[in-house]
Amino acid sequence: MRHILSILLENEAGALSRVVGLFSARAYNIDSLTVATTEDPTLSRMTIVTHGSEDVIEQITKQLNKLIEVVKVIDLNESEHIEREMMLIKVRSTGKEREEMKRMADIFRGRIIDVTDKTYTIELTGTSEKLNAFIEAVDRTAILETVRTGASGIGRGERILKI
Amino acid sequence: MQITGAEIVVRCLQEEGVEFVFGYPGGAVIDIYDAIFKQNQFRHVLVRHEQAAVHAADAYSRSSDKVGVALVTSGPGATNAVTGIATAYMDSIPLVVLSGQVPTPAIGMDAFQEVDMVGITRPCVKHNFLVKNVAELAVTIKKAFHLAKSGRPGPVVVDIPKDVTQHLAEFNYPDSLSVRSYVPVTRGHSGQIKKAVNLLAGAERPLIYIGGGAVLGDAAAEVRDLVQSLGLPCTNTLMGLGAYPGSDRQCLGMPGMHGTYEANMAMQYCDVLVAVGARFDDRVISVPSHFLSQPKKIIHIDVDPSSIAKRVKVDIPIVGDVKLVLRDMLEQWRQGEHGLHAAALAGWWKQIEAWRAHDCLKYAVSDTLIKPQFVLQKLYEVTGGQAIITSDVGQHQMWAAQYYRFDAPRRWINSGGLGTMGFGLPAAMGAQLANPDATVACVTGDASIQMNIQELSTCKQYHIPVKVVNLNNRYLGMVRQWQEMFYGNRYSETYMDALPDFVKLAEAYGHVGMRVEHPGDVEPALREAFAMKERLVFLDVITDQSENVFPMVQNGRGLNQMDLPPHMRDVQDAPFENNRDYGNMC
Repeated sequence: MRHILSILLENEAGALSRVVGLFSARAYNIDSLTVATTEDPTLSRMTIVTHGSEDVIEQITKQLNKLIEVVKVIDLNESEHIEREMMLIKVRSTGKEREEMKRMADIFRGRIIDVTDKTYTIELTGTSEKLNAFIEAVDRTAILETVRTGASGIGRGERILKI
Repeated sequence: MQITGAEIVVRCLQEEGVEFVFGYPGGAVIDIYDAIFKQNQFRHVLVRHEQAAVHAADAYSRSSDKVGVALVTSGPGATNAVTGIATAYMDSIPLVVLSGQVPTPAIGMDAFQEVDMVGITRPCVKHNFLVKNVAELAVTIKKAFHLAKSGRPGPVVVDIPKDVTQHLAEFNYPDSLSVRSYVPVTRGHSGQIKKAVNLLAGAERPLIYIGGGAVLGDAAAEVRDLVQSLGLPCTNTLMGLGAYPGSDRQCLGMPGMHGTYEANMAMQYCDVLVAVGARFDDRVISVPSHFLSQPKKIIHIDVDPSSIAKRVKVDIPIVGDVKLVLRDMLEQWRQGEHGLHAAALAGWWKQIEAWRAHDCLKYAVSDTLIKPQFVLQKLYEVTGGQAIITSDVGQHQMWAAQYYRFDAPRRWINSGGLGTMGFGLPAAMGAQLANPDATVACVTGDASIQMNIQELSTCKQYHIPVKVVNLNNRYLGMVRQWQEMFYGNRYSETYMDALPDFVKLAEAYGHVGMRVEHPGDVEPALREAFAMKERLVFLDVITDQSENVFPMVQNGRGLNQMDLPPHMRDVQDAPFENNRDYGNMC
């Protein structure tokens, strides 16, 4: 099953490679990983999307907690949460395709952020499924390039991850 | 007053009360060695290979309860240390390994003797550091010692660039420190302990399964209290030998691949299993599904939450320091006036005694060939069971674990997790230095000993009078055993041709060498060797080449499906295929 893990860790050189190394050394899956500094510059916040059986997810959580630089780990799946991913997608848009592509971007609440006479670059934010749905919806041959950030997640309501 | 980084390193080690640093100099650590030259608070032991420095520091730690310290130079010095570090990591041994690094401006330039030590050791350390600023050096070393010995212990590497050892800073060594991201649990959850006590009180076939965590957590007294006051059977794993006295009736011996018949049967057929600092390793329980095919409830006490429910689902996990958890358990047990099911326990003991009556470690004695088991029995007798025994890896290791009854912890020093051949001799050095008055013997084989034999030179330099008992069967015995059992007797590259004359070799290094070729000479030779208290004696014991280690649980089989020694071939529940056509089970 797909799980989305939120990790608070020390913003130190090498911390990221410890997390990534753990996943490869123990043959866990990483579907996506995002990381950046938080409002507290000594801490980084990482979101990892992974999949595995409940036993495997439990081990992943424990092994992450065992890393010295990891401050806290939560499995966002354990309660209500919100996740967002951003995609930049460059599509061919010439002739009558041009109007169609604009309409499609509007339907998905995307924004066209760069335009040439042959291409649009669309910024699209949402759940990973929504981004997948957009890719499915447009003519595959029109897609020139995609860049995705991977999912970031946060708990709903009062639930916070802080030290 | 400002002092150099090199002097800071030395001051830190002094503050930590370090007695011995095992190491080898080189360009990147030359300043540290200069600072060592100018002090006399701790001793430096110059090994002949960096791997041996780490093994010696490791055994120094295993045989005391102090943190071992090794010092190596950058590049090849650092990579040579890696096997030692991985060995310590797999067995959770607290070490601080200081490695030199090229100067900070040269890092990443493929400089001479540069290697990414932090990157290379990341998967086999508890933590590691690259110190880029001399101002952070002291606090980093403090952290390294703190991390190494607290929680689940382990090796910590501190990589120090050469320029950092030359830069100046004030020396401030913190008395204590807290790491916000690292707060190991010590006390177990009282609710969980209560549940465990209740479960144990209802047990009909209880078993205490004691692992290396009981040794590392100095919980031998608490283990003994639990086992003896409740009258329970127990089993010590390879790493837990000595945590409960091996010669006591309540100890069933070692479980696992080469465990005793009674310990393995009890592991399989118990109804409540209490794991104390043990991790259900594949060499202990074999296949988890088969192990659990006999219904049992499991209580698992461990300081490391990630060891719990890793291979086996448990019913009552208790995270905490084993010593404190066992104390709390016993306190609750006594307060609650719990009692065991006396009739059921008596029946369980009767069953265990029936298993034990098969005497699974019995072997055929020979008048002409020296049986390796016989050597271990004689070693046990001659040393009165009081020696510190280090071992290498292979058949001799298993025989030592089976036949030497360890009655106290920290006397059995072996590489259990990583299985590092070459561990034994440098380990004996470290154990002897930590215990100068103890009798220390290294049980080894003709293949293992050659992996770090250069350390005979270190032993000479520092007058380390260990006794080397080389069970010489001219084979890589354990691999040969597998080839015999599972690979149609195709002894691919396991015959040790062109062995050196070990007696002459020992003499060349300035030691005493003795060869033993007849069973009748084993005991006199051992007595003569151990009487030479000031000398290293190398006993080259020519043993039966065909001897195999039994019992044996083949890979993929259950604990009650052992291959048993010849005298037990008709024992039920553990079929022994006497045609030696085992099929390829590995």
